[in-house]
Amino acid sequence: MNAGRRDNDQPLLSVRNLAVTFQLRGQHAAKAVDDVSFDIRAGQHVGLVGESGSGKSVTSLAIMGLLPRRGVRVSGEVMFDGTNLLSKSRGEMSALRGRDISMVFQDPMTSLNPVIPIGIQVAEIIQRHFNASKSAALERTEELLARVGIPDPRRRLGEYPHQLSGGMRQRVLIAMALACEPRLLIADEPTTALDVTIQAQVLEVLKKLVADTDAALLMITHDLGIVAGLCDTVNVMYAGRVVESATRERLFAQPQHPYTGGLLESIPKLDSPRGAPLRPIPGSPTQVLPWSEGCAFAPRCGNRTEECTARTPDLDPAGDRHLRCFNPLSRTAAEARR
Amino acid sequence: MLRFVLKRIALMVPVLLGLSVLLFAWVRALPGDPARALLGERANPESIARVTERYGFDEPLLEQYLRYLGALVTGDFGSSIRTGQSVTESFLERFPATVELALAALLFAVLVGIPVGYLAARHQGRPLDTIVMSGSLLGVATPVFFLAILLKLVFADWLHWLPTSLRQDARIDATHLTNFYVLDGLLTREWDAAWDAMVHLVLPGLALGTIPLAIIARITRASVAEVLNEDYVRTAESKGLTRRLISRRHVLRNALLPVVTTIGLQAGLLLSGAVLTETVFAFNGMGEYLFDAIGQRDYPVLQGFILFIALIYALINLLVDLAYGLIDPRVRVS
Repeated sequence: MNAGRRDNDQPLLSVRNLAVTFQLRGQHAAKAVDDVSFDIRAGQHVGLVGESGSGKSVTSLAIMGLLPRRGVRVSGEVMFDGTNLLSKSRGEMSALRGRDISMVFQDPMTSLNPVIPIGIQVAEIIQRHFNASKSAALERTEELLARVGIPDPRRRLGEYPHQLSGGMRQRVLIAMALACEPRLLIADEPTTALDVTIQAQVLEVLKKLVADTDAALLMITHDLGIVAGLCDTVNVMYAGRVVESATRERLFAQPQHPYTGGLLESIPKLDSPRGAPLRPIPGSPTQVLPWSEGCAFAPRCGNRTEECTARTPDLDPAGDRHLRCFNPLSRTAAEARR
Repeated sequence: MLRFVLKRIALMVPVLLGLSVLLFAWVRALPGDPARALLGERANPESIARVTERYGFDEPLLEQYLRYLGALVTGDFGSSIRTGQSVTESFLERFPATVELALAALLFAVLVGIPVGYLAARHQGRPLDTIVMSGSLLGVATPVFFLAILLKLVFADWLHWLPTSLRQDARIDATHLTNFYVLDGLLTREWDAAWDAMVHLVLPGLALGTIPLAIIARITRASVAEVLNEDYVRTAESKGLTRRLISRRHVLRNALLPVVTTIGLQAGLLLSGAVLTETVFAFNGMGEYLFDAIGQRDYPVLQGFILFIALIYALINLLVDLAYGLIDPRVRVS
């Protein structure tokens, strides 16, 4: 996960300087992701955290090769198992998707096809990648549905998405994503659309299946609670760039980037006095990615100095982590940087 | 399911009853005296009085209506003022021609319209899309009679590839059981006759099918374009499914819902007769006959034919609803 550094064991996924620009005819180009780099090793759980519009989902879609081809420019490198996914053909990517890398999407209400029985929707991925017969694939689907905790799976095979609750649908999507035991699972806010109690259940299922299949996990979320319970390392994104990346323990114990600090501060705590005000990060992210002149977070940052608006910080090693900041929250990190 | 169908059919009764009242009032509100229209401009007052009395045109409207309704209940739609032929009989004679023509037009429209609309949606904003969309605009905008005459001129009169008019070559001695000429040919194993009847359907079918084709292509394009943006299509792509499977199973099936509605509406329109096309190709269907009936104030024919058409409309709507259930489990009737 540490940008720029290659460990002895080659990472499973290595994203380098990924940039995604949306350019529609007659409109200004909009950069959604810029200079994003991180690694995921086999079996590792990595979090990608940020608020809405920070480029988390676009990053995941770029890795999957699911961004539309027209009007989108993707540059950089996405090395998976030694080959660059960005240079693969459409057919090669399609053979790889679902089998080696798969994805669970945010909204279970709209991510399943409403007119196809769920059994077919899970079985088709097995048929596609394992060359299984329909009946064999359906049998395996039944097992998978049982494993994600769907009661009476045989009967459920023939049911349609509208007959299932949101939590059940997300379980189906998880079963689908893990059907071919991929080496990497990307989960894009898989619990955001669910009730809190269901969130916990679905997360448990996801955790268990990821552990069972030994898949690496890229968890995309804005919920630091999920990260704390699930991820080995965390990348915090702001305005299309990674601003801090560290192990979970280090990040939560000692956030260094003022944005990470703000995120942790803004979580309401049960032991704070009644009536204590919430502590949001002031301001809101700007639409145009403003990294060209200084730090994009500077306008909202309490540690801002003149340097922050004059120069653009790089993502550099800073002791136990990587950091994109001139004035981190603690001096030690600042000194380690110099 | 069966209960649903029966309920829907039962619901048609009040609709048709109400329609019969409206129709009865409407044809009588048409300016002009039916007796005079029948006998001509120079008919003498005595004969006009005789005809008026014979058909009861001078009786109170309510009385006339009740008598008409009484006959309807027994299945008697009356007979034509012009020819004396029973309305049911003349309907059964002409309706098959209209059905054959409508099916030919619809087949053309659906078989070409859906693939073309689909391709346009897949190539949004690119040349193919532009060609299809402007082509379909032209299709909607071209008057049917103009297209019919043009087709006839080029393919029948100049190139002699296809027959100019009629439903079947007069030299063919075909047996007619149902008046569906193609079907008759197949039933009696008179292959020549069936083939000839089909060949006669080509030009009128193309002429009549062009507007529905353009409409179906546009609706398909819009619908497919919308479905392509749905999350579940992205899910299907994330599973690495082949493009073909994604198109067939995940895109087309969902996109077809509004298209089916459109096809139903177009089928209803086509089955109510195509005056212009039938006239150009001397097709002897319902449209032309109905048109003449309006001109001559042939009350029983107008009322009877329009009631039949309404019934067919209602049945097609029922079929569309059932087709909906086949495609979309959420509206399936239990």
